[in-house]
Amino acid sequence: MSVVFNVGKLSYTKVNQIVREKILEGKKAFEIHGVNGHRYLLAGIKEKITVKIWGTVGLDLGCFMSGPEIYVYGNVQDGCGNTMEEGKITVYGMAGDVVGYSMRGGKIFIKGDVGYRVGIHMKSYQDKHPVIVIGGKAGDFLGEYMAGGTIVVLGIYSQHPERPIVGKFLGTGMHGGAIYLRGKIDPFFLGKNLKVSSLNEEDQAYLKKILKEYCADIGEDLGVLLNEKFFKITPMSHRPYGNLYAY
Amino acid sequence: MWDFILKDYKEISGCGVSGIINLKGGLIPGDLIIKSIVCQEERGNGLGAGFAGYGIYPDFKDFYALHVMADDKNCLEKFEAFLFQKIKAIYHEPIPTRKVKTIKNPPIFKRYFVKPEIEETLSLEEQENKIIEMVMYINANLKGIYILSSGKNMGVFKGVGFPSEIAEFFRIDEYQAYIWTAHNRFPTNTPGWWGGAHPFSLLDWSIVHNGEISSYGTNKRYLELFGYKCTLLTDTEVVTYLLDLLIRRHKLPIKLACTALAPPFWMEIECLNEEEKNLIEALRVVYGGALLNGPFAIIFAYNGGIVGLTDRSKLRPLVVAKSGDLYYLASEEAAIRTICPNPEIVWHPKAGEPVILEITEGTIPHQKSYK
Repeated sequence: MSVVFNVGKLSYTKVNQIVREKILEGKKAFEIHGVNGHRYLLAGIKEKITVKIWGTVGLDLGCFMSGPEIYVYGNVQDGCGNTMEEGKITVYGMAGDVVGYSMRGGKIFIKGDVGYRVGIHMKSYQDKHPVIVIGGKAGDFLGEYMAGGTIVVLGIYSQHPERPIVGKFLGTGMHGGAIYLRGKIDPFFLGKNLKVSSLNEEDQAYLKKILKEYCADIGEDLGVLLNEKFFKITPMSHRPYGNLYAY
Repeated sequence: MWDFILKDYKEISGCGVSGIINLKGGLIPGDLIIKSIVCQEERGNGLGAGFAGYGIYPDFKDFYALHVMADDKNCLEKFEAFLFQKIKAIYHEPIPTRKVKTIKNPPIFKRYFVKPEIEETLSLEEQENKIIEMVMYINANLKGIYILSSGKNMGVFKGVGFPSEIAEFFRIDEYQAYIWTAHNRFPTNTPGWWGGAHPFSLLDWSIVHNGEISSYGTNKRYLELFGYKCTLLTDTEVVTYLLDLLIRRHKLPIKLACTALAPPFWMEIECLNEEEKNLIEALRVVYGGALLNGPFAIIFAYNGGIVGLTDRSKLRPLVVAKSGDLYYLASEEAAIRTICPNPEIVWHPKAGEPVILEITEGTIPHQKSYK
């Protein structure tokens, strides 16, 4: 049985408190209605719970969390999945800036557009490998300082047909991980010390696996996503900036 | 003082801004803007909040409304002696306030509806220059007196407190306006005092800002060349005067003025066609002193329109939504949804690209258009 409640006039502190208390009582599923701008929801929660949220979620949804699966039926504001470690956030609307900032594990699936500085300083280690899939388009500085993990941008569900699929300074300072783009990118948008390559078989199998899960959550046909060629963006070398300060 | 600043230093937040416009000139009750800015309460720390409303003085629409803040009665008396010999005030009264428990020892607030005496012989621009000259002189030279706004049919209400407290204090719920802006302040490197709260205003310009203008020194010196004096100790003040200089005096269309404030990167300018390239290069050369460096999201308004603009790297958030004739701007989407749950469209404007919304031509008195 899900714990169902409407946040009404409750503060975000109170909402988080209710969820934490119910978790202690052994509850595993939640449905939270009427959210509007509530910050830090599910912050730091380590249990494997499922949470469905209706409304516009405030800043830093699921920050530092390592466990919950969150489904948002609406938009999320800035900082969604900030430094999250494990679990999954699926957003059926769009997202603001700095999605998955410093993320170190788990998955974030956004159906629509995302803002600026998404996936900056993502990192991976051993079995931790963060993944962000963006159904729409992204702003400038996507994957800036990226050190590990995967970002996929589809450019399909965007409300801005006039904008390029990603903004300027893509992957600036990137030294690990990979960014997959559906369709070609004008080199103007690329950061320095990056290479753009076609997908090999291993890449294709890996991308397919991620997108299959994305499609299952978003409710889209995998064929639609794969009907265009993808490109992979990776750093030139393991340490493209090794000599930047020591010369 | 320093104890207090250091104690709160680590708190993580940023200012909050909100704005609403009715493109058909319909009046929007003050309750709406209060609700929107209060929704972003977390973005401030109680050291400043304020509101600007346009269309709030229909009975005195032909007069410049001076909103005056005075340290004490003595300052006010000296100011009045000065003002009344300089200009004709058709009506003046204390700005109505309510007692708010948390607001201790507020300054005195009065409003004066004035007209330059020899106005018949002056063009609108000359009249407005005269008003500015007087405001600049008073703010810089009369002790304990600050003119917080000086436009026709508009006014700024601001002070030290949370938005709900300042709204209660100035009875914002009793006003109606076709344009509202509001601010919730989290001062980082300038003092939290009554005059330093947002909006900043001059003539009918008003501006609310989230961010830091790190080019303040350059901008301030540049403005001094044109007779503007920065007296309110907050970086945002320079943006108000830059807008007046670039748009009203130098007659740049708003979009171009915004390009001067937040110009494209040189790498982007390189990609433009020859004509555009020449224009933007010239703009960067001529208005180098007007370039705003640092993170910002601003909403500015004038008697006829509202504009949202972020810095070219979008280091501060701004969301816009539309519902019929109403457009909403805010730092957070929730601040819009709390007063308009189901807008037709919600979007995040691109960095450095202004969202310019003007009221339909010929709708309001003394309407201005700078498109």
